[in-house]
Amino acid sequence: MWSIYLNVVTQGVLTGLVYGLMALGLSVIFGVVRVVNFAHGEFAVIAMYAAFILFKAYGLDPLIAAAPIALAFFAVGFVLQMVLINSFVSRPEHEQFILLVGLAIIITNALLMIFGPDAQPTNLPYAFDSYLVGPLIIDKVRVYAATAAVAVSAALFAFFRRTRTGAAIRACADNLIGAAVVGLNVKRLYALTFGLGLACVGAAGGLMVTIADATPSLGPAYTLLAFTIVIIGGLGSMSGALVGGVLIGVSEALAGFVIAPSMKSMFSFALLIAVLVLRPQGLMGKKKA
Amino acid sequence: MLSVRDLDVFFGDAQALSGVSFDVAAGGIVAIVGANGAGKTSLIRTIAGMHRPAQGSILFNDVDIAGWPSHRVCNLGIGQVAEGRQIFPTLTVGENLEMGAMLPRARRKRAAQLDRVFAMFPILKERLRQTAGTLSGGEQQMLAIGRCLMGAPDLVMFDEPSLGLAPAIVQDVLRTIRELNREGLTCVLVEQNVALSLKLADRAYVLENGRVTLSGPGAELLADDRVRQAYLGM
Repeated sequence: MWSIYLNVVTQGVLTGLVYGLMALGLSVIFGVVRVVNFAHGEFAVIAMYAAFILFKAYGLDPLIAAAPIALAFFAVGFVLQMVLINSFVSRPEHEQFILLVGLAIIITNALLMIFGPDAQPTNLPYAFDSYLVGPLIIDKVRVYAATAAVAVSAALFAFFRRTRTGAAIRACADNLIGAAVVGLNVKRLYALTFGLGLACVGAAGGLMVTIADATPSLGPAYTLLAFTIVIIGGLGSMSGALVGGVLIGVSEALAGFVIAPSMKSMFSFALLIAVLVLRPQGLMGKKKA
Repeated sequence: MLSVRDLDVFFGDAQALSGVSFDVAAGGIVAIVGANGAGKTSLIRTIAGMHRPAQGSILFNDVDIAGWPSHRVCNLGIGQVAEGRQIFPTLTVGENLEMGAMLPRARRKRAAQLDRVFAMFPILKERLRQTAGTLSGGEQQMLAIGRCLMGAPDLVMFDEPSLGLAPAIVQDVLRTIRELNREGLTCVLVEQNVALSLKLADRAYVLENGRVTLSGPGAELLADDRVRQAYLGM
């Protein structure tokens, strides 16, 4: 009996790590550029379709395709920040909101025009393979996707902690006036950050097709999901995004199993409200001084 | 070395600077004094490329840098020790110093500059791995100066370096500025502490409501009745 729950939780943790990677992108962008990417989930869905096409047309495994997709998304993010979002950074928040929500609507409808509203399953040959570990039956695809998500997150952590450019990006988040004083090229660092944030979404979306079917309506759902995760984990906290992702993954899996899959979001939002009431800065967030 | 001509700066409709002109000779110390809100910080930040002037020119070694972005201005060799120190509180002391040397002009000199900064402020070497936010006010000011020197500047603008520091530490900071100047660094000193900065400066400008109202050698202004009445309470 308990082994069923253990299986559900394990599955939730693995899915949650991929969610976490997606949310990490949102958190990094907000933490540094102070712009909320309201088109975050929509970008994840573009990545899902990209992985889907690469698989259907060239037989490229999504786990491998996630890498070039992340790279392409980095470039898109860099250019987007340079040509469009940088000029909105110091504008009022409602203008940033409209810019990015507008972008989200354009993406969702473009996807609808191109692919139609139906869900597109990738049908990987090993989609139904699993590992047996004691009482656990774990889907192979989830193990691979979660491992890749953890690897990408770890690489990002290392970049921010160990490299000079990473430190420069943290410096911009820390003190923007200070960054201008020492002559950091803030706009370029912002572009780099937005690129890295989108690379996370690109990788996460690519991995996600192994778990979920691509459909345009997932976009707004994923934006909301990433938001919920980031707020639960703590805005701007990188480890918080992963922790929040795992929590939401587990809560979705349990709710879907015990009650009904259609009710899973209800529990995510209940968790969100609980965190906002009990610990408004998020689980790993820092209190404002 | 630096020559500012007829500078006008606006924030929205409010004019922060009107027709400001001043010169800084290579190797000198120029003080800019004035009351709170006179436009001193606006002037520094405009030269540093953090505000865009509406009019006027800023010639640095005969290049007009008015309206250039701050990272390009810094890369020409104009450094700034900003008001309120503006360190990066969650970065370590070491990382803060490295951020000062991110400029293309400074990258190769990083190791040498770091030795120089440690020789000047040994405490920073002891605190290398500590986050900068945990330093005392005086140590943070040393870090701000050290970070600026990491960029290998030819001219440094010090904005209120004595603000919020204990009197003994203020003396340390001013001594450091004098030393750096002796080593050949051109300095612009912006201070509310008029007496101290006029003593230090070869030449000084008095800024009032965004205009230069008086200028001359530091010692001369120190003896000027208007300066004594308005700023020294004599």
